[in-house]
Amino acid sequence: MGWFKRLKDGIQTATKFKKEAPDGLWNKCKSCSELTTIKELKENLYICPKCDYHVRIGSHDYFDIIFDGKYKLLFEDIVSKDILGFSDVKTYENRLEAAFIKTGLKDSISVAHGKCGRKDFVIAAMDFSFIGGSMGSVVGEKIARAIDYCIENRYPFMIIAKSGGARMMESAFSLMQMAKTSVKLAQLSRNKLPYFSFMTDPTTGGVTASYAMLGDINFAEPKALIGFAGPRVIKETIKRDLPEGFQTSEFLLDHGFLDFIVHRKELKERLETVLSIFNTDDQMEEVA
Amino acid sequence: MVFLEFEKPLEKLYEQLDKIKQVGEEGDIDVSDKIKELENKIKSETKEIYSNLNGWQKVQLSRHPERPYTLYYIESICKKFVELHGDRYFKDDKAIVGGIGKINGQSVVILGHQKGVNTKLRQYRNFGMANPEGYRKALRLMKLAERFNYPVVCLIDTPGAYPGLEAEERGQAEAIAKNLFEMAQLKVPILCYVIGEGASGGALGIGVGDKVFMFENTWYSVISPESCSSILWRSWDHKEKAAEALKLTADDMLGFGLIDEIIKEPLGGAHNDPEKMAKTLRLHIKNELGALMELTPDQRIENRLVKYSNMGEFTRITETAKTEEKQKKESK
Repeated sequence: MGWFKRLKDGIQTATKFKKEAPDGLWNKCKSCSELTTIKELKENLYICPKCDYHVRIGSHDYFDIIFDGKYKLLFEDIVSKDILGFSDVKTYENRLEAAFIKTGLKDSISVAHGKCGRKDFVIAAMDFSFIGGSMGSVVGEKIARAIDYCIENRYPFMIIAKSGGARMMESAFSLMQMAKTSVKLAQLSRNKLPYFSFMTDPTTGGVTASYAMLGDINFAEPKALIGFAGPRVIKETIKRDLPEGFQTSEFLLDHGFLDFIVHRKELKERLETVLSIFNTDDQMEEVA
Repeated sequence: MVFLEFEKPLEKLYEQLDKIKQVGEEGDIDVSDKIKELENKIKSETKEIYSNLNGWQKVQLSRHPERPYTLYYIESICKKFVELHGDRYFKDDKAIVGGIGKINGQSVVILGHQKGVNTKLRQYRNFGMANPEGYRKALRLMKLAERFNYPVVCLIDTPGAYPGLEAEERGQAEAIAKNLFEMAQLKVPILCYVIGEGASGGALGIGVGDKVFMFENTWYSVISPESCSSILWRSWDHKEKAAEALKLTADDMLGFGLIDEIIKEPLGGAHNDPEKMAKTLRLHIKNELGALMELTPDQRIENRLVKYSNMGEFTRITETAKTEEKQKKESK
């Protein structure tokens, strides 16, 4: 028996130590090539100190940024299964297994309940590191349950989208999650509870064409890629180059599909303001 | 006649039939027996071929150039029909058509994707690929239906929503998302029929309803087999494998509980007897609407909520853990 044998079965690293953000000591900015120490980057909320580039981060990082301290993860016992026996160059089962190990996550979405500016708030946040943030049955189910939870307790709801679109390996099941999440959001809306859609890099495909675009307020991080069809597909279709800045947050704001763009450092404060205006607590605040 | 690859044996038989008919016309020989024999052979061969179609063959059939499209069905099943145009914001999308009509004495709003019947019209219709204004026109018509308490019939037949630059500028994603959201809570009955291709969000954008049906030789999937092949296999050559893997046929979809029923097509596909197909559709609409119109709007919306909430398959790990433990104990 080698001295390096793992003493415990399975991967024991807690999710919060498995950030999507780069590990190692140094990070080279994808946008401006600036070298920053990881520590410095982390302290700066994974934003390049030189050019303001927002490095992709995971669901738990957002929970840490937005909630006032602690939060509770919900519906963690729901995991994907290979319904179709899908296999391309790899089997879906193997892809799932690899994703579990790589990310320590249960699927490409995590739901948490915490407080933001002392207001109860439920957030479903996606992880791009889990099979490209793809939406399958689990994403739909967790969003559906989060909405039930919000209706039951009269909490406002937010989804942080970060996804390449629907998960092909679940074929029509993943397609129907577009309908499922939209039908549930309609129910939330009939219950007069606010839903905020926060789009981060990237938000494309079936995710954009369902819950990401259905917010009472839609907003995004700076310079995120947001669109229905991917830029490569569009380029192949129209057979010419795409204009600079096409399908970025700024482009969507300009075309009227976003309410505002928010810098990661201002995210919490902005949400606190918005939550304090949307009064979902049943008791009315005293009129001054 | 256009013959698909797997119909090649039929092509030969039809050729023979033509020859014999010609001989019969030219000479004085009585060939009626021979003709009858051949016709029977064609029928049994067709049956044989069509009862064993795989996923990719159904995809090909759904794209058969002679297959009837939305406007054919509308004209055949509506006693009266007035086409309505435009989304009132930007323009009239030619890839989605719709209007008000009467089916079996009932006023309805009927709409669907429209493909062109020849090269020129195929371009005019953008190959059935809608832009945002198509989805917004569809929603406008559905809202009209809601105001006057008319049921909505949607015919789905698209290779996908158009992936163009302007489509993105005008919010393709928003247009589709909005339709899903609004169709979820439309007060009137919605019947959806996949009559050809059901590709992804472009199909679903007019595909949320009280009941969803698929014609026998159609497909419904999150992505076309070609695109799936190009993404997962990084080549266009695996479309047949992709078609199998995606489990996109009407039988698959019914088996998964994602659609309500399969609508039988005439032998050899809808294009072999469009009139019969249209009649089947008309009677089906009549039966389905009868039952749905008896419910209250709230009941229908609640049923839709339950229907779509139930779509999805996943594992509860607590349960899995339990069953695994059980299995281990049993194996010991």
